[in-house]
Amino acid sequence: MRTVECDIAVVGAGPAGLAAAARAKQCGAGRVILMDRDRELGGILNQCIHNGFGLQLLSEELTGPEYAEHFISEARDAGVETMLDTMVLEVTQSRQIVAVNRHEGLMRIDAKAIVLAMGARERNRGGVIIPGMRPAGVFTAGAAQRYVNMEGYMPGKRIVVLGSGDIGLIMARRLTWEGAKVEAVLEILPFPSGLTRNIVQCLNDQGIPLYLSHTVVDIHGEERVEGVTVARVDGNLRPIPGTEWDIECDTLLLSVGLIPENELTRDVGGELDPVTGGPVVTDEMETSTPGIFACGNVVHIHDLVDNVTREAWTAGEGAARLVAGQQPGDDTVRTRAGDGIRYVVPHVLHLDNLASRDVRLFMRATRPAERVQVEAVVGGEVVFSKSERVVRPAEMVMLTIPQGKVSPVEAGLNRAGLNKVSPDCADGGSQPELVVRITSRDRGTGAEGGEKA
Amino acid sequence: MVGTGIARELSRYDVRVVLVEKRADVAFGTTKANTALVHAGYDAEPGTWKARLNVRGNALYPKVCAELGVSYKNTGSLVVALAEEQTVHLHELRARGETNGVPGLEVIPRERVLAIEPGVSPSVAAALWAPTGGITSPWELAIAYAENAVANGVELLLSSPVIGIDMRGGRAVSVRCPGVVIYTQFVVNAAGIWADDIERMINRDDFEITPRRGEYYLFDRRVGHLVSRPLFPVPSQATKGIVVAPTVDGNLIAGPNALLVGDKGDLATTAAGLAEVIDGARKLVPGLPVRESITNFAGLRAVAVPVGDFVIGASPGVPNFVNAAGIQSPGLTAAPAIAEAVRDILADAGLVLVEKPTFNPVRERPTRFSELGRDEQSALIEKNPLWGHIICRCETVTEAEIVEALHRPVPCTTLDGVKFRTRAGAGRCQGGFCGPRVVDIIHRELDTPMEHVTKKGGGSYILSGPSKGPLLEQAACRCLADAGCNAARDDGPDDGQVCGRAGAEDVGEGVGRGDHGNLGEQDVCRIETREREEVGGHAHGRV
Repeated sequence: MRTVECDIAVVGAGPAGLAAAARAKQCGAGRVILMDRDRELGGILNQCIHNGFGLQLLSEELTGPEYAEHFISEARDAGVETMLDTMVLEVTQSRQIVAVNRHEGLMRIDAKAIVLAMGARERNRGGVIIPGMRPAGVFTAGAAQRYVNMEGYMPGKRIVVLGSGDIGLIMARRLTWEGAKVEAVLEILPFPSGLTRNIVQCLNDQGIPLYLSHTVVDIHGEERVEGVTVARVDGNLRPIPGTEWDIECDTLLLSVGLIPENELTRDVGGELDPVTGGPVVTDEMETSTPGIFACGNVVHIHDLVDNVTREAWTAGEGAARLVAGQQPGDDTVRTRAGDGIRYVVPHVLHLDNLASRDVRLFMRATRPAERVQVEAVVGGEVVFSKSERVVRPAEMVMLTIPQGKVSPVEAGLNRAGLNKVSPDCADGGSQPELVVRITSRDRGTGAEGGEKA
Repeated sequence: MVGTGIARELSRYDVRVVLVEKRADVAFGTTKANTALVHAGYDAEPGTWKARLNVRGNALYPKVCAELGVSYKNTGSLVVALAEEQTVHLHELRARGETNGVPGLEVIPRERVLAIEPGVSPSVAAALWAPTGGITSPWELAIAYAENAVANGVELLLSSPVIGIDMRGGRAVSVRCPGVVIYTQFVVNAAGIWADDIERMINRDDFEITPRRGEYYLFDRRVGHLVSRPLFPVPSQATKGIVVAPTVDGNLIAGPNALLVGDKGDLATTAAGLAEVIDGARKLVPGLPVRESITNFAGLRAVAVPVGDFVIGASPGVPNFVNAAGIQSPGLTAAPAIAEAVRDILADAGLVLVEKPTFNPVRERPTRFSELGRDEQSALIEKNPLWGHIICRCETVTEAEIVEALHRPVPCTTLDGVKFRTRAGAGRCQGGFCGPRVVDIIHRELDTPMEHVTKKGGGSYILSGPSKGPLLEQAACRCLADAGCNAARDDGPDDGQVCGRAGAEDVGEGVGRGDHGNLGEQDVCRIETREREEVGGHAHGRV
């Protein structure tokens, strides 16, 4: 087996991998190898031919392939080496990768640091457990997107979309434009899962009905989908008997969530966050396995590619720093999702970083709320907060803690007592924590702002 | 399962055999949706076909699977008593099993059960240990049977529903399929849940098949370690209950429940049924995580009413029409023994069985990349680069395996056919990633238009047709061409296509098909083709 040595190996050449590899190289890393199983760089962006990418980061509205192209050139200019059509079979704790492709066969890549950027896969019918027949014509929205945008084929003519995730909304519009009839989009939750702009542009503007608090309870058809039975659900998301009706269709598209693709991460054996399904990471985007970094959808599901790129830059910088032997010190504080927050990433912050730079936290609200404060709390004290007019589970909340805001002394933390996150740390067994929470500006506590669908 | 097993058994002899299947592939009926267990044989009433053929079938399994390259694991099995008062049933089962000739049965105490199956409910009181129990892959076995049968001269007609059987002088003389008439001396009816419909074609009505639906959950390989061998609850009158078992591919399966359904096409799962399966499975293995389920499905048991037992033997008054019907559980285990039994019945009815010197019992297991060591993998890639191209990431299936599956003795033309042969699409993402890629390979290798590629034959097309995009693109190319421009297109796919063809040649396209004319056949059977186009196993895409 051929052996390749490099400073940094990046697994996955979607938006996360591209940005991490380019940034690592720009930060002075030696040989950086970017690997992807597909024929082209760019990952899923290549099939996202709609626009709306890059608004935040590049201040222009690009299509997926255009956004990818921007970062592909950057990676090329930086001197990143690429390995396409290459599947990674194995990643070890000692930072060895076994990969395979048809030109070079099996190879081993020994890296000083690895960045995992495998993205996510779509939750499928088995994952959401839809009863009924098992005919052809049930697709995940992304698979349908590949057929339409990459292969030039239609998955069907009369479509029902289950789930109001962004890919489903985009596909509802895309298929309408391609001449299909999208009969309905169904969302089991009382609020949409996708971005508001997508609800407006993809459904409202196309005249496609969105049924909130509805789901598919049966699929009909022996060979090909002939229809679905849908029903309203109650507060516990259980179908309400007597509310069923049938929709005739030949295709059911599922846009019911993404699952971080962490098979390799599991093999490595690092700590995973049960809420995100991704690895636990530091503010360097390093996983609990030293030298193995992760970024993008493999860590947690993003709704904007701009945020993926931001997170990947952090990972690329972190990996380059590790290779250069310039890591931050061992003193850390753990983050925790408090009231109104479902999860927060990163999970571990270095005190050195909090002192020397702005540290960005990504989080998701548990439920929609209006007029709220997003607060970072250390030792019972709000160390930083910002106000948001509205938060929605579908839209990531970002909180950037300015440099020096969390100084160990001000926050009442004894730096000496903060050695590594461990159960036996100094202050009576409780871990040093930075809690993020959402409070209502109207009522003082909690996040019970008016629910709006 | 039963039909392919019989065909393979008969292919040992100098007999011309035609295997007729209404679906686009073998193993597409009940074979593809059952618990995949090799039962020890303590359940059935002593003296029944079920009891006899289960024990015999179980004994044949290791050899059959070794000859045919089929996955089989002799794991042993446990019937778990979850309360002290259930243990009396374990002793009854043991006694019945011993009468049936099942070796090694033993009632073992709680501690021993928990020692070998730590995932089992702590309320376990005792269990019946059956060392001859095991697990297998039903579709692998049926496909292997069919391939070995075809290699030994059996003719296989796929997508060929039987539409009539002609009688003369109290004997069945010919079997009609669309476009084909098969003149024959003997007919074997192994039509599963449709066996009663087939028997009615000879004006007999000896039994009725009432489909009893069973629903299943399949779990991710990640939780495959929760259970090491099939775990049964103490059985009820009707069924063996909801089982939790490992699969030969490393997953866990839970099911089936049991519900009589009126419709032979009713393979729908239901919310209530799936809940029943989970409840039942969790009684045995409380730690079973529903969120690790990767798919659910339903199968139909062919229950023969009023018989209850397997229906094996000639139809009364029609000595050359032999039923192998009502093959519900333990039909999978019994299949090799059913094949022997049917062979003997045919011989008694006058079929002359002369062993063929050319018979080859061996069918090589198709090479699976994921089953090889790194060195062997490297060697394969050196010979054929398609071994280095992973198509299904969940199950690590290469393009070479898929190409090979599409050119074996039994035609494979569908997405499900590829899945059953290679496991591409059988993993945790259920084809979300590899589906489009496999469709493309089928399209390329079999020269089938994309929109004619199906999931499982018939009208199960996957794509409804081209989008407007390519039309616009073609129009644009034409405009550019008119303007004297060269519309350069990415030539990546062409590269793959050349490799693909090379791969196909490597495995020898169509080995064994249409190549059986010169076997010295006894004139048992003759095929007459009425309309040329419709003969043969290839699915014709959607109608």
